[in-house]
Amino acid sequence: MYRYDEIDQALVNQRVAQFRDQTRRYLAGQLSDEDFRGLRLRNGLYIQRFAPMLRISIPYGLLASRQLRMLAHVARTYDKGYGHFSTRQNIQFNWPKLEQVPDILAELATVQMHSIQTSGNCIRNITTDHLAGVARDELIDPRPYCELTRQWATFHPEFNWLPRKFKFAFSSSTSDRAATRVHDIGVHIVRNAAGELGYTFYVGGGLGRMPMIGHQINAFVPESELLNYSEAILRVYNRLGRRDNIHRARIKVLVKETGVDAFRELVETEYARLDKAPLRLLPEDLERMRAHFVPPPYDAAAAGDGSLAKMTAADPRFASWARRNLHPHRVPGYHAVFVSLKANGMAPGDVTAEQMDALADLADRYSFGEARSTHDQNLVLADVAERDVYALWQELSALDLATPNIGLITDMICCPGLDFCSLANAGSIGVAQDIFDLFEDLDYQHDVGPIKIKMSGCMNGCGHHSVGHIGILGVDKHGQEWYQVTLGGSAENDAALGDRSGRALARDEIAGAVQRIVETYLEQRLSEDENFLQCYRRVGMAPFKERIYAKGDAAAEAA
Amino acid sequence: MNRIIRGDAVVADDWRTLADDAQPAAGAKVIVPLQRWREQRATLLAAAAAVGVRIPNTEDVDTLWPEIAGRPLLALEWPKYGDGRAHSQAQILRRRFGFKGELRAVGEIGRDLVFHLRRCGFDVIVPRAGENLAGCLQALQDFSTAYQPAADGIAAVFARRRRAV
Repeated sequence: MYRYDEIDQALVNQRVAQFRDQTRRYLAGQLSDEDFRGLRLRNGLYIQRFAPMLRISIPYGLLASRQLRMLAHVARTYDKGYGHFSTRQNIQFNWPKLEQVPDILAELATVQMHSIQTSGNCIRNITTDHLAGVARDELIDPRPYCELTRQWATFHPEFNWLPRKFKFAFSSSTSDRAATRVHDIGVHIVRNAAGELGYTFYVGGGLGRMPMIGHQINAFVPESELLNYSEAILRVYNRLGRRDNIHRARIKVLVKETGVDAFRELVETEYARLDKAPLRLLPEDLERMRAHFVPPPYDAAAAGDGSLAKMTAADPRFASWARRNLHPHRVPGYHAVFVSLKANGMAPGDVTAEQMDALADLADRYSFGEARSTHDQNLVLADVAERDVYALWQELSALDLATPNIGLITDMICCPGLDFCSLANAGSIGVAQDIFDLFEDLDYQHDVGPIKIKMSGCMNGCGHHSVGHIGILGVDKHGQEWYQVTLGGSAENDAALGDRSGRALARDEIAGAVQRIVETYLEQRLSEDENFLQCYRRVGMAPFKERIYAKGDAAAEAA
Repeated sequence: MNRIIRGDAVVADDWRTLADDAQPAAGAKVIVPLQRWREQRATLLAAAAAVGVRIPNTEDVDTLWPEIAGRPLLALEWPKYGDGRAHSQAQILRRRFGFKGELRAVGEIGRDLVFHLRRCGFDVIVPRAGENLAGCLQALQDFSTAYQPAADGIAAVFARRRRAV
């Protein structure tokens, strides 16, 4: 993974000193609430319902074991013993003390971590495929490009006070596992007909209250021009993005109001005028960055081990887990192991300090000392030799980290909701728990097959509800918590926004509605091979709507 | 006179911002709004020792450049603390057009903005009323290095790393 040199370390250390001084001035009354707000957000610090929330950056989701141990230490020392992985592959702590945040950041800096630009109207954490470097369908490892972009974006003097937040995601595989089409900029690393590497740029995707799918604005930008093209887009946005209305300030609104072709023209004009030499990447720059992401020393003898087939046959519980939580690896004899953070009784994405410490040890023993966070709030040990998989499963089981539900209905994306977040209109963790209880039977989950429930406690959409196969959005109606259901969304190659089912549902109706949606799917599907999304796209909303709001449903009649 | 930050020092401002209808004193260095510069260019040049122009942050400096090229001073605006449009104007003026005169940042500017302003090419910073100027000078030293090329002449970090090996 990327290792800081003295430049990286100096910047992070100096940021800690800067924020320590800003916090001191705020506590001394020398900095107004409003001024401090912009500064603390740029360090990931929110003032929440009960306490501040600190969001720590995990660039493109990659964590070294020593960083995991540091996160465990922070959870234990400064929080209530747990953390929460977010849909931007970051981790959040919900109970730090404002005056201790500079100390937390100083501790993080010792393991090359920070909270820089995890909030605020600036370029946020760069995300990518959690299987980067190991996926079989990958063209090239996207992480060197992510890191080059991260460095360009960090403290960019021109783009630190944008109209609104700005999110990049990279993908270089056949399957888009990074939700690139719902980002402000989605970059696909591609080869052109001449065999040269470059990028397809998508601009103007986003979730929140005006969800949109990004538009392709350039099919092929040469590999050397990644940062120049990004600079051109950001400059157009910084100059022309709306600042009169926070809800119209994202680049998606600029693209929509300008028109895709006119927006493309603006970017191309700016790009043509840019002095490109200073930001042009030479082959040696890319090589130097790639050297940080060389594959680990895989054991050639790992192939043909055969233990997976043997243990799968011998142990049905292991077989059930292996079916859902293992992913094929590009190197024979290795597997990517998904660590489910969706155990019954835990809020989706939550992990305890003890679990993080234990995972750090498991990463050291079984996966070359690294782990990844995923945008759907799980973790991955990406490089596990087949002969170690069974032992790893046993250890994960003992830690309650082996729920065999990856990609299934209980593998929900869920924001912290009203339990923690000051923006939320409705609870989400409790609804997730209700759904979990209804579907806990694993055989039933496996029968239902892959289905993505995504839930947000408000229309800001941190839980990506707009692109859930089943999306659930918490809304406030007369001081009560209600839930709007959407069906048919996707953040993958077939990116689409879900369709609204109809009127919002009450808190005590929502889990039952999800159950009826699933029952409808099971009745309607042509076979087990037709998954929920395919089925919905074939039959449409009508049969689902009929069941969701069926007469005889007392609550529906009362409403 | 107002006290401003020029380079690494707090100094008295030797320029006057003219009220809308005020006439420049003979031999004065004055700053006028863009609109007035357009309307009274010849008169102003005849009356004042030097004329600087204050440009709204909504202006497209690419198209504006022929009208302001050669000015000894351009002032760019921060109407609100977090409104960063003039960062782009400054970078374009300095790096694309090679503007060599004084570039000053005026408006709702606090200490914690000045480091990036300097990187974007502002040699003069006029913080909002009541801002601690000594603190602003300190903030110019918040970071000893940077990742990106900008108007301050620092090269991209990846280019510096080429030379490091």
